[in-house]
Amino acid sequence: MLTERRTLLTGAAALAAMPARAQANTLRIGVMTDMSGTYRDPTGPGSVACTEQAVAEFQGRGLTVEVLRADHQNRPDVGSNIARQWFDQGVDAIVDVPTSSVALAINQIAREKNKVFLNSGAATSDLTGPACSPNTVHWTYDTYMLAKSTGGALTRAGGDSWFFITADYAFGHALQRDTAAFVEAAGGRVAGAVRYPFPATTDFSSFMVQAQASRAKVLGLANAGTDTLNTIKQAREFGLTSRMKIAGLLLSMAEVHALGLETAQGLVLTEPFYWNANDRTRAFTTRVRPRMPNGWPPMQIQAGCYAVTTHYLKAVADMGLAAAKASGTEAVARMKAMPTDDDAFGVGRIRADGRKIHPTYLWEVKTPRESTGPWDYYKLAATTPAEEAFRPQAEGGCALVRS
Amino acid sequence: MAAPASGGAFEGIASENEQMWGFTRPQLIALGLMLVGIVIAPSVLYPIFLMKVLCFALFACAFNLLIGYVGLLSFGHAAYFGMGGYLAGYAAKSWGLTPEACIIVGGLAGMVLGWVIGSLAIRRQGIYFAMITLAMAQMVYFFCVQAPFTGGEDGIQAIPRGNLFGVIDLRSDMTMYWLVAAVFVIGFLFIHRVINSPFGQVMTAIRENEPRATSLGYRTDDYKLMAFVISAALSGVAGATKSLVFGIATLTDVFWTMSGEVVLMSLVGGLGTLFGPVAGAAIIVSMQNYLAEFGAWVTVIQGVIFVLCVLAFRRGVVGEIGRILKVRL
Amino acid sequence: MDEIFGIPAPLLFGQLLLGLINGAFYALLSLGLAVIFGMLNVINFSHGAQFMLGAFVAWMLLEWLGIGYWWALLLAPVIVGAFGILLERTMIARLYKLDHLYGLLLTFGLGLIIEGLARNEFGSSGLPYRIPPELTGAWDLGFMFMPVYRGWVVVVAVVMCLATWLVIEKTKIGSYLRAATENPALVQAFGVNVPRMMTLTYGAGVALAAFAGVLAAPIYSVNPQMGSNLIIIVFAVVVIGGMGSILGSVVTGFGLGIVEGLTKVWYPEASSTVIFVVMAIVLLARPAGLFGRS
Repeated sequence: MLTERRTLLTGAAALAAMPARAQANTLRIGVMTDMSGTYRDPTGPGSVACTEQAVAEFQGRGLTVEVLRADHQNRPDVGSNIARQWFDQGVDAIVDVPTSSVALAINQIAREKNKVFLNSGAATSDLTGPACSPNTVHWTYDTYMLAKSTGGALTRAGGDSWFFITADYAFGHALQRDTAAFVEAAGGRVAGAVRYPFPATTDFSSFMVQAQASRAKVLGLANAGTDTLNTIKQAREFGLTSRMKIAGLLLSMAEVHALGLETAQGLVLTEPFYWNANDRTRAFTTRVRPRMPNGWPPMQIQAGCYAVTTHYLKAVADMGLAAAKASGTEAVARMKAMPTDDDAFGVGRIRADGRKIHPTYLWEVKTPRESTGPWDYYKLAATTPAEEAFRPQAEGGCALVRS
Repeated sequence: MAAPASGGAFEGIASENEQMWGFTRPQLIALGLMLVGIVIAPSVLYPIFLMKVLCFALFACAFNLLIGYVGLLSFGHAAYFGMGGYLAGYAAKSWGLTPEACIIVGGLAGMVLGWVIGSLAIRRQGIYFAMITLAMAQMVYFFCVQAPFTGGEDGIQAIPRGNLFGVIDLRSDMTMYWLVAAVFVIGFLFIHRVINSPFGQVMTAIRENEPRATSLGYRTDDYKLMAFVISAALSGVAGATKSLVFGIATLTDVFWTMSGEVVLMSLVGGLGTLFGPVAGAAIIVSMQNYLAEFGAWVTVIQGVIFVLCVLAFRRGVVGEIGRILKVRL
Repeated sequence: MDEIFGIPAPLLFGQLLLGLINGAFYALLSLGLAVIFGMLNVINFSHGAQFMLGAFVAWMLLEWLGIGYWWALLLAPVIVGAFGILLERTMIARLYKLDHLYGLLLTFGLGLIIEGLARNEFGSSGLPYRIPPELTGAWDLGFMFMPVYRGWVVVVAVVMCLATWLVIEKTKIGSYLRAATENPALVQAFGVNVPRMMTLTYGAGVALAAFAGVLAAPIYSVNPQMGSNLIIIVFAVVVIGGMGSILGSVVTGFGLGIVEGLTKVWYPEASSTVIFVVMAIVLLARPAGLFGRS
């Protein structure tokens, strides 16, 4: 039997009430995501749909699974409030959680309550580094992997001199620092960098002028979200796109879609999942699309929710529901022990530090002429093999890794 | 603005019927109900949720002190709340201070920041005052995004609750709840004491008619600044307590939407009423919790409540109840 | 003359020019705020949302009706202005007899609603809007590379600000307006319909915001939160200039744009806070603002 509760509404009364008795024979998965803020499009309702897809595909294997959902509004206090209540009411695993500050908070709570945290949406590589936990799996991507793929692979492909436009806060600095290291390791050089105040900048024109003067081959954007969109729009306006390759260090298909191919063409970015990459991803997309909001194809984080849920369900079926519910650490240990295989990311594995590894792809955005239909956005520029794509365990500073 | 003016400026509290410790009879009853509620609630509702309500209730009361009793609308109270949270979190995590010391640190942070911003902002009134406080708070936000000690957008994570007075372990939610309840009640009574002191009466006089207060020889700017600093310090205490409860201090608490939220809480509850902000905080925090399902509609619903309150419901929930019962709450 | 204070002259001139462009947006927005405030005594907190609405309407016109940039420049302000008139008639007009702060709270709530609805309808990551073909490309000014569209923004903003100033200072309607600001009862007694004038003024102020929104659509990301970040800076601009004079708010807008641009050359990290710092200094030295009457 499969019970999918589409809304939390019926359970609303229970949300603030004391721990409700969890049905012992039901596995409960809570999708906590951004339904209302900046990350709604690449996560949000699509993440819920993909998680539900994973559950639906697992139907008939003797597991009763209930999917709940909540909006953390990008606020760590709201997120941890929901997480604590969920766990106390018998939710076994929380899926997705974009926004690093919220993800780190939930990481802590899941460990404290010995539950499971299946992160797909957060970028911070701390989740499998200093903050790593035996209860957490970090699936889709992280900043280290983005920097390595975009910085290293693009430099080897000929983009060997870089100019960075960096958002002036810890995240931007880390992204620039990591990328620059890979650029130099691959034989490239950094021609210059400029830091702009975050989050108050909407006008990047002055930095465009400086970037142009540097005569670098690649313009690296160490920023995210709206800032990235503004920078790209203005880079095109200033004619930079004809002389430089623009590499978004944290850019995804949602932003490419928002820019439109006319503006986005030629951009270079890294994503481990693209719906139109191969037969398996296309098959997955065909299956999940009817559930997706607006009928959009799944994006990487959403696909990550599908894949991580699938793997979690396999582990639970393998070890038995009672054992999986009893200990989050055990469930995650079982997930690590089993090889992963799903249509979205192919074959892979989860390391001791909780990091899921898979190959990463450097994509170049097609020109409007190359694109054969809606959402046909990328062509492959380079591949980084799974074992090289992520930060080596020894360098992460994760206490779970015994050297 | 705020509460309907009750006669002359200096009529004050003294002319009201029997009272005890500055409370009128209905207020005493309401206070009793509130205290009973605080004691009973954790056996029915989720303690973390309740602690959040109490933190925001204290924050809203502190804010209400300014708008309800001095007539100054601050649109930047998130700065003191958030900064209190950050410094308390930092003190707990990096200096290993005990929780009560951390809360004091948070209060001091709010106080100092409030003094700096307040002494600029009170140079203008009304709408300008609101805009200046908003702009200054935005500057504090920018500072917090960049300053290394705040942890940028990750925030300060895993703040330990520690041992109260070095002895009582606060890791249990119920123990923590009693601490939060105590902080709230002390803060609430302190605000009440301030309002009913001679100082509070001068504040009310300033709200009703500033030139008249000036002509009576009061240095109104000093009084306004003092009220601002008290309000900011208590906001800092509220923020500090919240960061200990959740073990995190992040940018959302210093962002301008938080300033808007505290305005909304006081407005919904009833500006210038003693219990209004408490009711307002309970309503808005529950809304955030129960409406988590509705996603983007949360902002829309908040906006609608703002509009409805301003257009049709200016007394707020508590104000309306008071009107129906013909008492001051 | 290669360097000025250690900065290459081309870079300096470039930044001056670019600062002027940012200033154009500040000026247009603070002008709208000042016009509304002068007449209605309401600080329009939903100004940012209406700016955003202007950009979104331009996008909708293009996407749904195939109406391009040039018509959008005219139609979007009219549509958003009409929407503003509706808001004024149904809601804001009820608050004139109350404390001004209620107007601020009401428009703040309206801003939240507009922004939330836009996010529900269009998502958060933004919408594409392109520079009209007539204005693409760039001039090589020798010392810098100047996109045509930027030049257009500055010229249009200056013209628009001057036009508004002329209407208010030099026409009959403007003189009624100024008189009604001073003494509405008297003007009403002369047979001028003051409430209607207030409605139209609000509509015009909102239309100005929407106009700025259309101007911004091709260069900034068109997303629901594009206005709320800008509006706080514009508030600071308004505090610095004081809302006493129309010309004052325009001059302050452009001036602060330049100050911000120059800060980007010398110390880019501070360019977001420089306007707030200027605000603090002005408050200390001249609490009523540069052009304000206390």
